[in-house]
Amino acid sequence: MSKIGLVIRREFESRVKKKSFLLVTILVPLIFPAVIGIMVYFAMEEEKSAEQKQVYVVDESGFDFENDRKYAFDKMNMSLDEAKVMFSESDAYALLYVPKMDIENPDGLTLYMKNNPSLDVSSFFENIVESQIRDRKLKASGITEEQLDKLKTNISLRAINMTDSGEEKESSAGIAFGLAYAFSFLVYLFVLIYGSQIMQGVIEEKSNKIVEIVVSSIKPFQLMIGKVIGVAAVGIVQFAIWVVLIGVLSSVVFSVFNLTPEDIQAAQNTMPSSPNQELVSSSMNPEMLQTMQAVYDIPYGYYISIFIFFFISGYLLYGALFAAVGSAVDNISDAQQFTLPVTMPMIIGFLGTFMFVMREPDGNVSFWLSIIPFTSPVAMMARVAFGVPTWELILSMALMIAGFVFTIWLAGRIYRIGILMHGTKVSYKTLFKWIKTSN
Amino acid sequence: MHILTAENLNKTFYQNVALHDLNLAIPKQSIYGLLGPNGAGKSTFIRIVNQIIDADSGLITINGEKLSPKHIGTIGYLPEERGLYKKMKVGEQLLYLAQLKGLSKSDAKKRIKEWLERFEAGDWLGKKVEDLSKGMQQKVQFISTVMHEPELIILDEPFSGFDPINANLIKDEILKLREKGSTIIFSTHRMESVEELCDHIALINKSEKIIEGEKSAIKDEYKSHIFKLAYKGNQLADNGGYQLLSSEQDLNGIHHAKLKLNEGASSSELLRAVLGHDVEIISFHEEIPSISDIFIKLVKDNHLEVEASAQ
Repeated sequence: MSKIGLVIRREFESRVKKKSFLLVTILVPLIFPAVIGIMVYFAMEEEKSAEQKQVYVVDESGFDFENDRKYAFDKMNMSLDEAKVMFSESDAYALLYVPKMDIENPDGLTLYMKNNPSLDVSSFFENIVESQIRDRKLKASGITEEQLDKLKTNISLRAINMTDSGEEKESSAGIAFGLAYAFSFLVYLFVLIYGSQIMQGVIEEKSNKIVEIVVSSIKPFQLMIGKVIGVAAVGIVQFAIWVVLIGVLSSVVFSVFNLTPEDIQAAQNTMPSSPNQELVSSSMNPEMLQTMQAVYDIPYGYYISIFIFFFISGYLLYGALFAAVGSAVDNISDAQQFTLPVTMPMIIGFLGTFMFVMREPDGNVSFWLSIIPFTSPVAMMARVAFGVPTWELILSMALMIAGFVFTIWLAGRIYRIGILMHGTKVSYKTLFKWIKTSN
Repeated sequence: MHILTAENLNKTFYQNVALHDLNLAIPKQSIYGLLGPNGAGKSTFIRIVNQIIDADSGLITINGEKLSPKHIGTIGYLPEERGLYKKMKVGEQLLYLAQLKGLSKSDAKKRIKEWLERFEAGDWLGKKVEDLSKGMQQKVQFISTVMHEPELIILDEPFSGFDPINANLIKDEILKLREKGSTIIFSTHRMESVEELCDHIALINKSEKIIEGEKSAIKDEYKSHIFKLAYKGNQLADNGGYQLLSSEQDLNGIHHAKLKLNEGASSSELLRAVLGHDVEIISFHEEIPSISDIFIKLVKDNHLEVEASAQ
């Protein structure tokens, strides 16, 4: 086995054999489906209990209040004051007072509750009354019931993505957004978590003082590269286990709660903004069908290969810098002054992705964020989900390769000197000196 | 035959000269003391030999060949700053370090077992280094240095970290290794600690070699020709063969005298001359300078020369 191979294996095995690795690898996938499961469970519980919510209505205008899944309306034939007394003695959820209103100038709608109503609740009742007033106004202008029903339409926008070759593809902004978010977040997370693991490993070797023994058998550069690759292997294995475990556990959770995708959709609809919405059968929703079509149409191979590229090259670029920081300091607390400038471009890339790329994937800022090697792993991954011209992608990738070759070179020069320095306070000036030194 | 030679070796770190035209020749199977104060350039030289850093100029040969990566397995190195992976098991750790030195896995395993048994530590294989005592860790450290049976063993400040029992154990092992054909370089600023072990020495000060050679020859060369004599009887005086430097009489009436031999005279002539004085000799021995005495003398002379040339 080559010497770099030996280093890679040691780095990999020493990490994978740790108890903490086992713990994190197993706990994280447990926590994710557990959180999802708990949220879905509570959403469903809330939905069930919603049927019992009783709303007293004192209606002097004669509107119709239809019971729905969440609210049961109880018309009270009494004055508001009497109703208030009854409400305060009852278990009812709310008391809605609809005074005699001039439909041209509706005023005085009041909701009494035992606690502060949420925005959703108050807008829900506003919507009911508003739509009834609208109907009355329309009727007053001579529109029949039949015409009124015809007015109710449900529209969803189909967005077609036209490719250069003239192909038309179903696209969905929601899916693009979700993918952009997931991809860029994964790259960001991976680089930061495993990058700092490299740094800790280097500091450990240096403070253990084993490093000089090791570099008498292997070139410092080889040791650094071996460490970077070894930690990457740990990260990839851990990620792969997470993906599989989360997938398996999520489906277990869903089957335990007997959930189908429609249930989840329904659960998401428990806070509708319009009372009409729940009348629409979600499984037959044309929007849903389009979404499903768009999900099937995603060129997964293309996305995943680009993802792997930026995942690995971003990791190499930052991992090398983290190794350099580790070599320059004697302990973790000294590392802080150097880790900030290293992580800053990554954070800028991540924030920029949310502020610019997600809103305007083809904007100027988005373009530069996705071209400059330090921010491109995150930003380009987000842009790819929205579609990116091939030349920009190639330029970004080429610069990325140049970028990590450069940082590895730079880090190697700092590393070979840094690991042998003990007890010296290192400043940026010294780092610069080390880079310039021939050997 | 020399196992290691250095010719005109130079190394500068940011304007600080670490080595200046260093020439060394280390004979095979010698125990070679590389001596000098802290900061003299010893560790820099050793790091260059171990190919951890490169010299700015100059040539190093191992067995007559130019130093190259293939010599990594030829050298066993115990650095001054030394340690082990704390979380790793002794067996895994030694195996890793042996494989890095180029040993095959099966060879490495066999030797690790032999060495641990020699140190009565056969049951340490599965123990983590952090669970071992400091003395045990030192033994593991030493095994890692020599288990690939290097021709050249370089020990930088070898006895600074070791407790006296381990230090003796390691001295014995070093002597055995030398008998088997290894060459040992001791590098230390504590000259007295290796004086008795070494047969060759080089003194280095301020990045330059001041003297190199067989220890006995150097000692001969820097002999002060002073003899210590304890005797009873009449007080001695100067004579043609020697010079009386000092003489004191203790409470028992014994004289303790320091006699300096005159140029060209021998110690037996001195003795004969003393006996002619009708004294009873109690003890007679030559005052031999220690290496550190020689070093101090050389540095002083050197220093004066530098000052003289500056004026």
